[in-house]
Amino acid sequence: MTKQVLLVEDSPGDVRLTREAFRDVGMSVHLHVANDGVDAMAFLNREGGHADAPRPDFILLDLNLPKMDGRQVLARIKNDEGLRTIPTVILTTSEAESDVASSYQLQANCYLTKPVQLEEFEGLVKSISDFWLRKVRLPRKPQS
Amino acid sequence: MTVEVLLVEDSPGDVRLTQEAFREAGTQINLHVATDGVEAMAFLKRQDPRPDFVLLDLNLPKMDGREVLAYIKDDAALRTIPTIILTTSEAEADILKSYQLQANCYLNKPVQFDAFEKVVKSINEFWLTMAKLPPHERLMNRTSVTEFERKEEG
Repeated sequence: MTKQVLLVEDSPGDVRLTREAFRDVGMSVHLHVANDGVDAMAFLNREGGHADAPRPDFILLDLNLPKMDGRQVLARIKNDEGLRTIPTVILTTSEAESDVASSYQLQANCYLTKPVQLEEFEGLVKSISDFWLRKVRLPRKPQS
Repeated sequence: MTVEVLLVEDSPGDVRLTQEAFREAGTQINLHVATDGVEAMAFLKRQDPRPDFVLLDLNLPKMDGREVLAYIKDDAALRTIPTIILTTSEAEADILKSYQLQANCYLNKPVQFDAFEKVVKSINEFWLTMAKLPPHERLMNRTSVTEFERKEEG
């Protein structure tokens, strides 16, 4: 079954690398991209132009984003009864311990740092895909 | 640096397989084992050492894994510890409930030895080498950190 993945990322280069890496692993992934925090929340709440947006099975979230910060997006997801079960993994260049600690405090499911090297970045996306989309049991959307 | 791992598991066979798989993976870890929920809670409250990472079975004697998970994730000082459910249960209700309680991820225990080993190795590879675990030393004294920050501001 196709996995719906929401990538919240403002760098076009990183979006492209992520897309290519997911394509290379040969899994059926539908990658949706939100370029800022406001757009991510609109997608999750099916607002604005996102009325037909699917519920993501998995979210990859950058921390430093325009309009609304990734930390705020994370807090909103994890405080929302309906959204909190979606595994949300932080993928950021920030190695600051305070960011790591506060992300886990806000109940991020996992924290990963973006490698600068192209090949390492690809390897990381492949590992995410292999671990989270193949091995981990993801929750089914709750029936309303 | 050695990673302190708490394994909450009542099956001696699974404990042994987990130990062996971690050993083969070659990561420096201290594996602490609690064989029921009550023992796990006592270990978590003692904080000596505070685990960096928890592997939690759901069906346990005395106190259920779900209760242990709820306790960890309701406690401001413990909730940052990545807590991974590793269980034979494939019930959708267990999966959903675990994520509702903010389990960091949910994995099924395979019955076959080789497959079990692979799962432990992938946990080791993903969580203990790729993921950034929360820094615990300073976080343990959250109140004093806050006080310190307050002093600095004032």
